[in-house]
Amino acid sequence: MSTSPFVRGYVVPGLPHPLLAAEKNAGWMRLRKAFEAARDDLQASGAEVLLIYSTMWPSVIGHQVQARPEPEWVHVDELFHDLGSIPYRFRMDTEFAQGFVETARARGLEARTVDYHGFPIDTGSVVALKLLNPDNAIPACIVSSNVYADRAETIVLGKAAAETLERQGKRGAAVAVMTFSNRLFSDWVAPQDDRIHSGKDDEWNRKILEFLALGRLEDVAQLSREIQRQIRVRKVVSFKPMWWLSAALGQHNRYAGRVYDYAPIHGAGAAVVGLAPSRNGVGDKEYDEENVEVYHGERHVLEETGEVEAPAEAAPGSVQTSAAPKPVGAYVHARRVGDLLFLAGIGPRMPVSDEIPGGPIRDADGNPRDYDVEAQTRQVVRNVEAVLHASGATLADIIDVSVFLVDMDRDFQTFNRVYREYFESVGATRTTVAVDALPTPIAVEFKVIARAPRS
Amino acid sequence: MSEPGRIVAGMLAPHPPHLVYAENPPQNEPRAECGWEPLRWGYERARKDLAAHPFDVIVVHSPHWQTYVGTHFLGVPHFDSLSVDPVFPNLFRFHYTLDVDVELAEAIEAEARGAGLVTKMMRNPDFRVDYGTIVACHMTRPEWDVPIVGISSNRSTAYYGVDVMQEQAAALGRATRRAIEASGRRALLLSSNSLSHRHFTAEAALPEDMSREHIYNHSQYLWDMQLIRMMKEGRARELIDVMPEFIEQAVSEADAGSLAWLMSALDYPEYPAEVYGYGTVIGTGNAVAGWFPGTPVDKTGEARA
Repeated sequence: MSTSPFVRGYVVPGLPHPLLAAEKNAGWMRLRKAFEAARDDLQASGAEVLLIYSTMWPSVIGHQVQARPEPEWVHVDELFHDLGSIPYRFRMDTEFAQGFVETARARGLEARTVDYHGFPIDTGSVVALKLLNPDNAIPACIVSSNVYADRAETIVLGKAAAETLERQGKRGAAVAVMTFSNRLFSDWVAPQDDRIHSGKDDEWNRKILEFLALGRLEDVAQLSREIQRQIRVRKVVSFKPMWWLSAALGQHNRYAGRVYDYAPIHGAGAAVVGLAPSRNGVGDKEYDEENVEVYHGERHVLEETGEVEAPAEAAPGSVQTSAAPKPVGAYVHARRVGDLLFLAGIGPRMPVSDEIPGGPIRDADGNPRDYDVEAQTRQVVRNVEAVLHASGATLADIIDVSVFLVDMDRDFQTFNRVYREYFESVGATRTTVAVDALPTPIAVEFKVIARAPRS
Repeated sequence: MSEPGRIVAGMLAPHPPHLVYAENPPQNEPRAECGWEPLRWGYERARKDLAAHPFDVIVVHSPHWQTYVGTHFLGVPHFDSLSVDPVFPNLFRFHYTLDVDVELAEAIEAEARGAGLVTKMMRNPDFRVDYGTIVACHMTRPEWDVPIVGISSNRSTAYYGVDVMQEQAAALGRATRRAIEASGRRALLLSSNSLSHRHFTAEAALPEDMSREHIYNHSQYLWDMQLIRMMKEGRARELIDVMPEFIEQAVSEADAGSLAWLMSALDYPEYPAEVYGYGTVIGTGNAVAGWFPGTPVDKTGEARA
């Protein structure tokens, strides 16, 4: 079962037709009814916060979070302005908004609240709130979609939302405002002639909806890049809301999915989908990309870069590889001397991203965190294997292992079980010691000596 | 009006809200200490040159009115509202009141439609004018005493690629020129866009802290200088030729079609542009430049008012 405090997830279209012109087209009316059914489900769900992630609110400076208590305006869509105006007054959960920004920042994201009269809330958020929460029964929050955000950043944003709910002891509903295929007709079409832009778009939309009906949210999230390639107009918003939604809801496939309805809006594929945590879903994800807890991407471009270190001349026999985590000091990953390979102390940080599988052992303020030593141990072995591979060796060549644990009492049994899986047949000697700390917030590190390959 | 209409000047008029913020006009709520002077002083010099070229209307093409179905035109005579930048609301909350030359807007729309473009007049009085239009107009004519024609950016580049966008923008430029000539108006045209357009994704605590402002990367700068050199040397057609690569390499906001529209409306100037200033805004490259059709070119090769 999911442990996410989000009790519901929804996918809804942000185009204004179901709100402003439902009577002009049977499909738009079906979507209107679908919104209403989802609204009833939402109101019965027990959600205390309604969080909108809108692809129609692009941001550049990190992520913006709407924090005005009662934003009020008369909105007009910049494209479909002829459908009419949308007066609104919403009720926002400002406590959640503040907490969300703080949590996102603690996870390495750039984030800020916006609290300004007249701030242009995007059409998608307006439509979603007007149709899902017409009486403002549930206080809401809206977060922008950063145009530069990649998968890692988007996932961390989703996790930050869930963590904020946990910290505040609230239950939430997460709404991704998006279309599936997003190819609008580039000319005007009469409402009665509306259809999905192409058969290919329609087939992909239906396949994605089939996944979601089975509760396979994480599987859809992991197909995001392929979906973007197949049915999304390039350079418009990427198909990344599924990354966010899945991360917020727990990153698995155990949901009861319901496709309320699916119809074209000016050629794009629009659907209202609901997801509720379930014991009877498809199960865990079928495959996985890297799971990300903290964002380590570009966030310091305004700072002084300092002196650029010139690459040192490589010492004889030294080995460096991008397949292992970058050293945190002036040392190489491994060095060959005679018939032996001496590996540097190697921990579980991920190559390139530096993220720590299973989470760091303490947060940015130094407070202890729960972490998964099994995940850390497995990654240590993978990193050792990467360095050995770069040296022309394998795990089978290992002669001696020194293991450093920061919490012997807590972690030894788990570590030892995982270690056995990899090293039972290797026949290496081993020494395990407890240490007070390691240079980064990790729980385990190996120091390895191995046979060097024959030159 | 008995005389035929004409385009008296065309300007590359970038729209970072930071410029209005730093000017501290009474219409804008946030206050600044300073900032982005090379660009603001560039606009100041442009305004001085424009003073010698009276105009009856400003026609502005803005990347921040994004329409995925055709090109749209403001079709309401008067707007009075508040514009809040969705990306930089901390810098730009601008109370605007402006008049629209609806007659000319309708004439351009009709010409464009006749040329085969998909078009629409925007008639909803609750519509908010985009900040790209407002910033470019304010920096060019802070008195707000000249009516405008607001033209949206049709995002055909997102569907078909830059080449198709350029062809459509060129057709729109020709339609604009024909409509202006038939109208008897003296028009100033504004292409409201930056050049290279990769932003920083973080902002300094004090936005106008110029110690933090620089180009996002050197290759963007080189591309910007290449484009500016072509402007200064009157190589508009070559500029159009390299634009697809420029857009790709420098993530340029020229993908909105504004600059291609302007070059077409000016019939691809072979005379030099006056480049009033270049500066970066949160990592993007911006130039203020002007073209003055029919203006004698002096011995130094520079167009003068």
